[in-house]
Amino acid sequence: MTSALLEVKGVTLQYKTPRHLVTATYRVDFSVHQGDRYVILGPSGCGKTTLLKAVGGFMPPVEGSIRMNGRPVEHPGPDRMMVFQEFEQLMPWKTVYQNVLFPMKVTKRFAATDASERANAVIEKVGLTQFRDIYPHMLSGGMKMRVAIARAMAMEPDILLMDEPFAALDALTRRTMQQELLSLWDQLRFTVLFVTHSIEEAIIIGSRILVLSPHPGRVRAELDAEGLDHNSVGRPEFGILTNRIHTLLFGETHQLQAQQEVRA
Amino acid sequence: MTAPPSPKPAQVRRPEFEVELTDAHAIGDVERPLTITERLVNNEAVQRLTILVTLIVVWEVYARWLNNGLLFPTFTETIRTFSKDIANGVLVDRTITSLRTLAIGYALGLLLAAVLTTVAVASTAGTRVLSTLTAMFNPLPAIALLPLALIWFGLGTPSLVFVIVHSVLWAVALNTLIGFRSVPETLRMSGRNVGLKGARYVGLILIPAAFPSILAGLKIGWAFAWRTLVAAELVFGVSSRSGGIGWYIFEARNDLDTATVFSGLLAVILIGLVVESVIFRTIEARTVNLWGMQR
Repeated sequence: MTSALLEVKGVTLQYKTPRHLVTATYRVDFSVHQGDRYVILGPSGCGKTTLLKAVGGFMPPVEGSIRMNGRPVEHPGPDRMMVFQEFEQLMPWKTVYQNVLFPMKVTKRFAATDASERANAVIEKVGLTQFRDIYPHMLSGGMKMRVAIARAMAMEPDILLMDEPFAALDALTRRTMQQELLSLWDQLRFTVLFVTHSIEEAIIIGSRILVLSPHPGRVRAELDAEGLDHNSVGRPEFGILTNRIHTLLFGETHQLQAQQEVRA
Repeated sequence: MTAPPSPKPAQVRRPEFEVELTDAHAIGDVERPLTITERLVNNEAVQRLTILVTLIVVWEVYARWLNNGLLFPTFTETIRTFSKDIANGVLVDRTITSLRTLAIGYALGLLLAAVLTTVAVASTAGTRVLSTLTAMFNPLPAIALLPLALIWFGLGTPSLVFVIVHSVLWAVALNTLIGFRSVPETLRMSGRNVGLKGARYVGLILIPAAFPSILAGLKIGWAFAWRTLVAAELVFGVSSRSGGIGWYIFEARNDLDTATVFSGLLAVILIGLVVESVIFRTIEARTVNLWGMQR
């Protein structure tokens, strides 16, 4: 039994808009272990992105504690590299290679030659070697996302935080990227905390799924999704888990309606 | 009263067809290189040159037709004076004097703008200070401050530098601040994610991300500064016998030497063109165009 890498206890998060004080999550508990592919799943408004930002150290909790390796999270830091949904996260004034190198360079975590080797290696791993010296504006959305993932992976963070990284991609690219992420995980066994609003994506990507209810975000369930991937989409256990999550999120009535809609 | 609804026309099934391909030989190769003429016509330098030559021809023809050297000297006459004054060094000296003052003022203006925007991005209060100051002083013509500058700093370079700083500072500060504000949140967060803070954060993330806007500010600032300098030199002319290009124009006007006035104006225009289309163009090509931040 591995010990918890990330521990979130009773976390309430609030943020201010110009007119309102919004409670994003209310007393959320969960813990992520070494090597987990931990998915936070919920409809929009359940505060899952806010929760990820809090783990990233971008906003302090109003209540509760977030601990990484036993130490409280206070600031953003390169031990928790984040991959965002938007393509703008890449620096347009740097080439693919320079973008991947940048975090290693500013944090001085690796020696210069070492960093350069690592950058090249990880760029190769995501299949972008021939685009190494290209600026981001010439890349497609999927390629930009690969660069962002490569950049985060090269740092070997304790945990990789991914905020709906594939949501802005087209369906085919999304599927490819999900497979690539899984095969990377098979090779490297890193820990990832992944936020999504897609039940299917959650089951495919995740080894554990935290289901959040909206307004404000509260924990509804934590489920095991080990061993389910693209190949198991048609299998009964995949359907059962999908239905179970659906029920947890939307209740019985909605589920019946949904089934009727599917049949119709 | 109402006409019966016209019966919906029955859907006629249109016949399918297959045809032999049209012979496309007549159009030539599907992809062929543009001819030299076509490429020249598309070239920006050539286009600009054509505009310039047209303007010069119009000028020459009009001046000859007017035939009044006191009012409107010809292009050839202007060029003759211009090259004479370049050759004997007068115009070169004047230009260097102007450019030196300009460089001091521009640099000082940029420095102050950097300080002000740093304060402004550090806090909301700082932003309010800068936006209020900019709203007050940006519309104030630099030349209107010249009398005040003369009282404070006397006749001489310091007064000129003062008005140049005023003309550069607000334009650059305003544009930089707007640029900083429009840096996408995701980019900011990915900078902070790797632990960047303070000056490194500004230098490594905000400045390059806001560079298109900053560059626009630099261009506007340069144009304002150059304009203000020449105008200020016209007002009080010379300091310690080393007048600038404005003084050169002013002197020539006193002598009713219109060709020299024109040659001074020509120098002002030429310097403007060089700075804009050589210096700033090069910077743009190597930065914002290369990065795809500006087309």
